[in-house]
Amino acid sequence: MNVHVQGCTVAAEAAPKPVRRENGQREVFCGLTGIVWLHRKIQDAFFLVVGSRTCAHLIQSAAGVMIFAEPRFATAIMEEKDLAGLTDANDELDRIVAQLIARRPEIRLLFLVGSCPSEVIKLDLSRAALRLSQKFSPAVRILNYSGSGIETTFTQGEDACLASLVPAAPQARTGEAQLLIVGALADVVEDQFIRMFDALGLGRVQFLPPRKASVLPDIGPNTRFLLAQPFLTDTARALEDRGATRLAAPFPLGVEGTTAWLRAAADAFGVAPALFESVTHPHRIRAERALVRYRDQLGGRRIFLFPDSQLEIPLARFLSRELSMQLVEVGTPYLHREHLAEELRLLPDDVVLSEGQDVDLQLDRCRLARPDLVVCGLGLANPLEAEGITTKWSIELVFTPIQGYEQAADLAELFARPLVRRAKLVA
Amino acid sequence: MQLTVWTYEGPPHVGAMRVATGMEGLHYVLHAPQGDTYADLLFTMIERRDRRPPVTYTTFSARDLGGDTAELFKTAAQNAYDRFQPQAMLVGASCTGSLIQDDPGGLARALALPIPVVAVDLPAYQRKENWGAAETFYQLVRALAGPSAPAPGTPRPERATGVRARCNLLGPTALGFRHRDDIVEITSLLAKLGIDVNVTAPMGATPADIARLGEADFNVVLYPEIAGQAAAWLQRTFGQPFTRIVPIGVSATREFVEEVAKLAGVDASATLASASTRLPWYSRSVDSTYLTGKRVFIFGDATHAVAAARIASDELGFKVVGLGTYSREFAREIRDAAKRHDVEPLITDDYLEVEAKVAELQPELVLGTQMERHIAKRLGIPCAVISAPVHVQDFPARYAPQMGFEGANVIFDTWVHPLMMGLEEHLLAMFKDDFEFVDGAVPSHLGAGHSAAVPQAVPADPVAAAAMASEISVVWASDAEKELRKIPFFVRGKARRNTERFANENGVSTITIETLYDAKAHYAR
Ligand code: SF4
Ligand code: SF4
Repeated sequence: MNVHVQGCTVAAEAAPKPVRRENGQREVFCGLTGIVWLHRKIQDAFFLVVGSRTCAHLIQSAAGVMIFAEPRFATAIMEEKDLAGLTDANDELDRIVAQLIARRPEIRLLFLVGSCPSEVIKLDLSRAALRLSQKFSPAVRILNYSGSGIETTFTQGEDACLASLVPAAPQARTGEAQLLIVGALADVVEDQFIRMFDALGLGRVQFLPPRKASVLPDIGPNTRFLLAQPFLTDTARALEDRGATRLAAPFPLGVEGTTAWLRAAADAFGVAPALFESVTHPHRIRAERALVRYRDQLGGRRIFLFPDSQLEIPLARFLSRELSMQLVEVGTPYLHREHLAEELRLLPDDVVLSEGQDVDLQLDRCRLARPDLVVCGLGLANPLEAEGITTKWSIELVFTPIQGYEQAADLAELFARPLVRRAKLVA
Repeated sequence: MQLTVWTYEGPPHVGAMRVATGMEGLHYVLHAPQGDTYADLLFTMIERRDRRPPVTYTTFSARDLGGDTAELFKTAAQNAYDRFQPQAMLVGASCTGSLIQDDPGGLARALALPIPVVAVDLPAYQRKENWGAAETFYQLVRALAGPSAPAPGTPRPERATGVRARCNLLGPTALGFRHRDDIVEITSLLAKLGIDVNVTAPMGATPADIARLGEADFNVVLYPEIAGQAAAWLQRTFGQPFTRIVPIGVSATREFVEEVAKLAGVDASATLASASTRLPWYSRSVDSTYLTGKRVFIFGDATHAVAAARIASDELGFKVVGLGTYSREFAREIRDAAKRHDVEPLITDDYLEVEAKVAELQPELVLGTQMERHIAKRLGIPCAVISAPVHVQDFPARYAPQMGFEGANVIFDTWVHPLMMGLEEHLLAMFKDDFEFVDGAVPSHLGAGHSAAVPQAVPADPVAAAAMASEISVVWASDAEKELRKIPFFVRGKARRNTERFANENGVSTITIETLYDAKAHYAR
């Protein structure tokens, strides 16, 4: 078994790693998918997709038709007559929005979400949002973003959504540095981080997205922000436009990632190293202990990641460094070199990275490599299993609390379970 | 624009995918953006298919729109041909693809591939999934079987004596509700009558099989929503008559047997006499008395809904209180049936309207699609699924047809299962005040969790609560208790027990958040 040496061997100024770029058929969701988790996260927001029946069907299929309650999303499905002229389409949209707001009076924020069809016919949703805001303000604020498949891939929908919130956020009045955590996290994870920052004495910490759209974080030149997710390119840019500063860090996956992520904040806020050590140490030890058995199960196993959520690179770093897995290929739909610089530095020097996709070619490579585990989307998982290749479907990585110390073992479990299962089944 | 929360049908190109995925040796090249590849998961996850659907998506992006999307389509089609070597190719566009007006048919023809290329132009902003499946199947049949059509007006040659009659089974597709098992059931029923199946299509057929559809004596239309149009064309072109009766339910199956026997010129009496189905006797047996007049609400595709209404009323003795469909193309069939059952027809594809209707009618049983299953669950009403759209649990491991005599047995079991058993129902009525007979009481054989309306037992009395907690003497700090509530309800009980056990074993008297996570790490799995 190959034992991975952690730590100092990583050269700080390692040469940029080569990346295979592919531009063929992509087997990925579009940005509309983000609505599935965002509509639960922001409790007083509603997402109205302006699109086609395909868009409605996509969200429904990705959500697996989970009807706990009437969901806070819907689709305004365009019909033949909406394509005839833009005036008509705008009138129709106004009618639908009025109908919706009458139906759901508790909604404080409405997102008009653009799709491929709305973009191809050049229906201007930013103007529609302005027009409708005037009509419904102050009761309801109306924003827009694009979740279209021609512009966004899967998690980029969250990026577009959060970026649209930034200009709407109030100006920070305090002269003191303030921490802002950016990227949707499970509530339980958010609460753990709040306690941690509290113990570090960081004062008020804000989150984007907030649980209530009516209490957006305030932003200004004293804002220091930490990205909790690796796919927030536009949001980071929008925050920087408002004078905020990004704290460079790896992402809070695994013990190492979480520590480095927290340390970036601690360093920026001048937390004494001894305090940092005493606050994080017990959590680190506990999480590491919980990871031990997974290292036995996963160490030395070969893993192949198809491009999906952009979480692939931080995941690969966790899997290779904390669980001693071997990386066969790490695919990502889009590689943001700056935001991922700290992550890339921690990957093995000989890692095979690919950006974009040509799914048939990638499947060829995967079959040839016969990895022990493949991380891929729902369209590929069962066909690969039928070929005898064990898979972990990637969407679960987006729908499960995986960040932070207490979730490190849960994250490892997600990868271990398919292997344990395959070993168990004899029939 | 139409405000939609959940949809019964996908877009028409998903219907085309159902045809293509059911078939062998056909490849579909679809001009569509990347997000449209979600449709693959319908087949690989919901139906658990072990192969990817035979679909290549061009996945054009905004960047390509300024450039040459037509070239992109041609490359994708050529690559798909080279890689998959299909016998025939289907080409088309999704809703977005159709807006950029690249003419996939023309582009594919320009490639001059050595196989038939069938272009299907599906109006994505007017039509839906079933229509798309029907149109695709019709276009395929026309294109592939058309070349062997006799000159118009040629009478069908008589079948030679001593040659067994042959028919085609038309309509089953991928992702269809029990299509897989209906094919087996009807094929064996036909075999008993001495009728051979020439081709089953689209499911399982190759393009070469479609080309020889004309060789059969007649067509059996299993699912009119999908095969009606193709069957009408085959009748016009090859003089093949087709069946009108869909064999769901005992009476309909008997009538179907007579209908095909007539078309095939065979004698049905032996088959009818030996037909074995338990439904009629089970329905007559005294235990079923309690089924009498149960109020049932029915919604689905028209074929399954109409059949369900007839079975419910005539074969199980229920009372149909509501009947509807989401397929406007078949509104007439539903209206006629609604008249027979003396109810208002509900023709809508608005899920919320159906929910409101169910809430208003308060039926005792809902027969519907997976949407109605959710509606029924929320309203605490028993439910069985009778029609697409369906979910993963509606593709059972066992043989479970809806059609034919075995299908009737399956239907009896499936519809009666969610209901209270006769005596149980009486006891409930007699002892309404029994403290355990709460409002959401579910049939005893189903257990908790089956109905959404089961209230959680909360012991109000602290003494009882302490007794329930057995010898555990630890207490929960309020923030730990709060933290516990953030854990999903279905694992919360386990988390609570584990944490308390951990606290007991480690001599912890007050459970804090730290204890909770210590325990979590301890039992990590
Ligand atoms: S930074 Fe990490 S690797 Fe380097 S000395 Fe410290 S612990 Fe070791
Ligand atoms: S890719 Fe475009 S058309 Fe398809 S579902 Fe996404 S936004 Fe809608």
